[in-house]
Amino acid sequence: MTVRYETVIGLEVHAQLTTNTKIFCGCSTEFGQTPNSQTCPVCLALPGALPVLNQKAVELAIRTGLATNCQITPRSIFARKNYFYPDLPKGYQISQFELPVCEHGWLDIDLENGERKRIGITRAHMEEDAGKLVHGDTPETSSSSLVDLNRACTPLLEIVSEPDMRSADEAISYLKKLHQIVVYLGVCDGNLEEGSFRCDANISVRPYGQEELGTRAELKNINSFRFIKQAIEYEVERQIDLIEGGGKVVQETRLFDSNTGMTRSMRGKEDAHDYRYFPDPDLVPLVISQEWIEEVRATLPELPEAKRTRFVEEMGLTAYDAEVLAADRKLADYFDACVAFSKEAKSCANWIMGDVLRKLKETDTTITDAPVSPERLTDLLARIADNTISGKIAKTVFEKMWQGGQTADQIIEKEGLKQVTDTGAIESLVDAVIAANPDQVAEYLGGKDKLIGFFVGKVMQASQGKANPGMVNQLLKKKLV
Amino acid sequence: MRITRAEVEHVGRLARLALSDEELDSLTGEMDAILDYVEQLKALDTEGIVPTAHAVPMENAFRPDEVRPSFTPEQALSNAPDAIESAFRVRRVIE
Repeated sequence: MTVRYETVIGLEVHAQLTTNTKIFCGCSTEFGQTPNSQTCPVCLALPGALPVLNQKAVELAIRTGLATNCQITPRSIFARKNYFYPDLPKGYQISQFELPVCEHGWLDIDLENGERKRIGITRAHMEEDAGKLVHGDTPETSSSSLVDLNRACTPLLEIVSEPDMRSADEAISYLKKLHQIVVYLGVCDGNLEEGSFRCDANISVRPYGQEELGTRAELKNINSFRFIKQAIEYEVERQIDLIEGGGKVVQETRLFDSNTGMTRSMRGKEDAHDYRYFPDPDLVPLVISQEWIEEVRATLPELPEAKRTRFVEEMGLTAYDAEVLAADRKLADYFDACVAFSKEAKSCANWIMGDVLRKLKETDTTITDAPVSPERLTDLLARIADNTISGKIAKTVFEKMWQGGQTADQIIEKEGLKQVTDTGAIESLVDAVIAANPDQVAEYLGGKDKLIGFFVGKVMQASQGKANPGMVNQLLKKKLV
Repeated sequence: MRITRAEVEHVGRLARLALSDEELDSLTGEMDAILDYVEQLKALDTEGIVPTAHAVPMENAFRPDEVRPSFTPEQALSNAPDAIESAFRVRRVIE
C-alpha cells in the first residue's frame, strides 16, 4: 500500500513598515540610495549609541494587528537575538521574543471549492531589518561581499502564521490576502521585488492521519507569489521522495533558485539557531493603552472583504466585479467616488473595469493619476443615459477625454457628436438606405429578419454614428413592411 | 555544577571567542560560582510579581518619525577596515 502524504505549511512574512525613518534612529528608509548614505551611530552600532523607538512603527504594528484579528499586547518588550553575520553591525538583531506586540489573530481564506478556511496567526512582532549584502562580481570584488547598511534598522513587522495551510495554493491564498490587507492599511508598500514584503515558508510532510508534524525545512526570502508556489511544490516533492527512498528530512534553511526551480541547502548558518534571546536593556517596555488601540482602530479603512460585501449587497455588483474593484484600495475609492456622483453603480463598474482599466494599462498609469476623474466619467455616463450620445460614441468621447483633459460635454459639442434624435433627419437617412439596397429589402421582406441589423448598420454609418440606434431600429421596422 | 565545561565551550564559540584549555577550565569555575550566587535569588517568593524586563521603572520612550541628518558614506566608512564602492568590504560570505 502506498502512503499518501499531507503537506503542512506555516508562513513567516516580513512586512517593511512605511515609516519615513528607521525603527530606532532618524535615518531615512528611502529605497535605492547610495550605499551607506543613510546611516548614523545607532544603525552602525557605534559604541555608546542608544536606540529610541519610532512611535509611528508601533502605530503601524497596532493597525496591522487589529486588521488581522490579533490581540494587542498591553505590555511588550524588545529582545536581542544574538548571531554574527556581516549584515548585522551590532552582532544582535533587536526583535521581540517573549511578549510580541500582537498575538492570537487569524485570517479567513477562500478555497477553490468555494469554502472558507481560517488560518491562525500566532504572533506579529516588531524588529529591525539587517543590512544588504552584495556579492562582488568584478575581478576586484569577486572574493568579497559588500555591505550596505542603509537598510539596517529599517522597521519590520514579522507576521507568523500557524502551520494551518495544507497546499501551495492555500499558502498563496493566505499570502495574497495578507498582502492586500497590509497595502490597504498603508502599513507596507507591498513591493515584493524591493523586499518590502518577504516570505519564508516552513514546510513539512506527514502521512495522512498522523498527528505529529514531520521535520520541517525553511525556505527563505522568495520574492514573488509565483516563485513561492513553485518553491513549495518542489520542496514537498523533494521531501516525499526523500522519505520514500528511506531517507530523512533534516531541519535546515533552504534557498529557492528561480532559474532551476529547485531548492538547495543553505550552508554556513548551522549554529545560527542558538540565538540566546534576552531583554534589550537599551529599550524600555512598550506599553499600549486601550485608548491608543481605540484611537488606531478608529482610523482603520474599510477592508477588502467588507468592501466586496458592500459592493455586492448595496450596489448590486456581481461577486466577480466586486472582487476586481475591491482588490485595489485606490481603484475601489475611484469606484466609490463615481457612485457618489452617478448612482448607476453597475454602469460605473463596467466602465471602470473595461475602458478605464484598459487605458491605465495601455498608458502605464495608476488610477490616482488617471486623467479622467470620477466626476468627469460619470458626466459621460449621464450623457449616455439621457440619450445625448450612444454607448458607441461614448467610447470615442472617453478616448478624447483621456487625451485632452476636456469634459464630455465640451467634446460632444466641439466634435458635433450629439446624437441625432430628430425624426425627420433620421427618416431621410432610412429612406436613402432602403432605396439604395433593393435586393436586401426584398430578402428581408421575404422573411430574413436578421437583415435588420444590416440596415441599422448602414443608417448608423450614414449618420457617422450619431443617429439614435433605437429610433433607427423603430423607423426601419415601420417602413420595411 | 551549574554549568559544564562543554557548555562554556559552546557559548564561547557562539561569541566567537578562542578560548584555551586553561581559560575554559577557569571560566567554567568562575561562571559556576556566578550562577551559584545568582541561584540565591530563588529563595525569594516571586509569586504574583511581573517579570522585570528593565532595571529602570520606565516605559514608552518614543521618537517622532522625522528624518534626521545621516552620515555621509565617507563618514560612515571612515573606521572601516576595508571599503570599496561606497560599501564595507568583507570576505565573501556565500559561494
